[in-house]
Amino acid sequence: MRDIFRGFGAVFYKEALHIRRDAGTLFFSLTMPLMQMFLLGFGIDTNIRHIPTVVYNADGRRESRELIDQLKNSDTFYVMRYVQSDHEMNDIIVAGKARVGIKVPVDYSDKLLHGMSAQVLVLIDGSDSSVAGQAINVSNAIGLQESLKRVLQDRNVMAVEMRPKMLFNPDSRSPNFFLPGLTAIMLLNVTTFLTAFSIVREKERGTLEQLFVTPVKPYGLMLGKLLPYLCVGFFELCLILTCMRFIFRVPIHGSVLLLAGLALPYLFAALSLGILISSKAASQAEAMQLAFLPILPSVFFSGYIFPRETMPALFQPISYLIPATYFINITRGVILRGATIRHLWTDGLALLAIGTFLLVVAARRFQNKVISA
Amino acid sequence: MAPGSPSPPTEVAIAAEHLVRTFGQFTAVNDISFEVKRGEIFGFLGPNGSGKTTVIKMLTGLLPLTGGAAQVEGLDVRTHAEEVRERIGYMSQKFSLYDDLTVNENLTFYGRIYSLPADRLKRRMNEIIELNGLGPYLDRLAGKLSGGWKQRLALGCAMLHEPKLLFLDEPTAGIDPVARRQLWDLLFELSGHGITFFVTTHYMDEAERCSHVAYIYYGKLIADGTPNSLRELPEVKPEGTIRVEITTPEVTRALRLTRQMPGIRGATIFGQSIHALIDDHTDLHELQNKLLKEGIAVAEIRPLAASLEDVFVELTYRHQAKLEESRA
Repeated sequence: MRDIFRGFGAVFYKEALHIRRDAGTLFFSLTMPLMQMFLLGFGIDTNIRHIPTVVYNADGRRESRELIDQLKNSDTFYVMRYVQSDHEMNDIIVAGKARVGIKVPVDYSDKLLHGMSAQVLVLIDGSDSSVAGQAINVSNAIGLQESLKRVLQDRNVMAVEMRPKMLFNPDSRSPNFFLPGLTAIMLLNVTTFLTAFSIVREKERGTLEQLFVTPVKPYGLMLGKLLPYLCVGFFELCLILTCMRFIFRVPIHGSVLLLAGLALPYLFAALSLGILISSKAASQAEAMQLAFLPILPSVFFSGYIFPRETMPALFQPISYLIPATYFINITRGVILRGATIRHLWTDGLALLAIGTFLLVVAARRFQNKVISA
Repeated sequence: MAPGSPSPPTEVAIAAEHLVRTFGQFTAVNDISFEVKRGEIFGFLGPNGSGKTTVIKMLTGLLPLTGGAAQVEGLDVRTHAEEVRERIGYMSQKFSLYDDLTVNENLTFYGRIYSLPADRLKRRMNEIIELNGLGPYLDRLAGKLSGGWKQRLALGCAMLHEPKLLFLDEPTAGIDPVARRQLWDLLFELSGHGITFFVTTHYMDEAERCSHVAYIYYGKLIADGTPNSLRELPEVKPEGTIRVEITTPEVTRALRLTRQMPGIRGATIFGQSIHALIDDHTDLHELQNKLLKEGIAVAEIRPLAASLEDVFVELTYRHQAKLEESRA
């Protein structure tokens, strides 16, 4: 057993020296994710508010003005302009200055007063689906509310009343949703790059060739390379969690220790991916390009931004191959839902399996493509 | 086998028998056999891409053999690659050191790679530092050393674990002549202690210093022996001929005339002189007079031993001729 990891201690010693000596790179790779975190954490609000709206009120009487006040008060619509023709309204939407156009027809008040059904036209720019969805929902809700008010008059009892209760993130704070996922992406980023580079640099220098003529075993070499960067990744995780908790005030409902423990198999998978990349890349430039490959799928297929459940059935299996999928479930689980090992052990196992698989493939590639070439 | 246990007693450091290595359709190493004795400095020469590195990779167990057999330090490389790697040292042409590690750290790293126990590592490091004169540079980054010192450090790293056989792949490429001379002095000293060297080089003067040379030409071994025995090969020095050096200030014109004279088998320019292969009954005085008559002052004509370059050139021509014959 000791034999297949031969050389591990020596490589670990050397790699730790490299990291210490190249403090600039280390500092850069530790602080870059934090800067991204500040940018995204402060800059992005996933709740849709203040949709720019253009209003054409052809009626202009009290009932129509009440309706428009309702829309304004919803906080979803921000009336940026009032216009006097269909044509003008259209132009503003096409130009992208407003996302929503609301036209109250001339006979709106008349119809309401005569107890007839009054129509209001709501034009929605469908080029951003989440904005469009929110606009539809809120305008429907306001329409319904106005109708009920007129039907029920003063009686304030509803037959059915839905009482939604938001679990885990009651204020719908964006950082609470965003940062746990971002943690996974940032860790992947840093660790994959660092390991891939550390090996490709040895290829370029010719030192890798030298190592192969010594009794070092591929697994000893790889684990020796992997472990120092695992420590770096772990330190990075601690930095991120600290900022998240104390600067962005994201409450951590579960056990931090559990989160840290489950981060290990994730880091292991990310580092193994880095090693696999380095077995293919001949130069640092090539490694850079290859290391970018897994990032986009990790952002889009992992559930970080778009829910996995809405992906076409064909693509769902892809998300199961992506380590970030599991780790995002783990971070959101522990941080937001207070999940315990009982809820998350399968994710941890999946990460361990992916990491082992990647490492075995990488070791084989090294044996066949790098050593005997 | 534990590191440091005695090697099986053998006088042969490397025995290669009918080595073959193919890559797809391409035969990189074509039926090569040679033997390197303990304590020899074995010079392995050949043009770039002729298969030198492939042979080294096969002998160090990195590349499986397509055919043939090889024993290194008495061990079969096909079945005991790892034990072989314990017993050999290897220095690549790029002096594969870690530039951002100090001399001391580079040595320590290689010592740990070979799992030397702490006390033995310390003793060996002191020996290497003394032997290579690295003492003043211990805390300097390897990247800040000059070419000659880098190469000494690389050699030190390669022999930390006391290998009895060292592979040096173009150890003197790109370093200054003084460092080159010093390295060779060091190699002679070490070989006196029974260490065998397998050295690849492009420099003919280095080949002349080897106790045993082999020349590989596109996968085929076309010369193998001591420098002196190669010079005496009948192909290089046919029966009834001698090699002479004609020193003259007008080499170009003299060459043209010499080539037309009877009894001259071949002639080439070497700096300010002509090396010619002539029939051994040719009268050297007559040759000199003939040139004088043409107005060429000849300073000296003297017999000359063939250089290794002459040997390799001659053997390469013959090998190519044979190849063309077999194709026709």
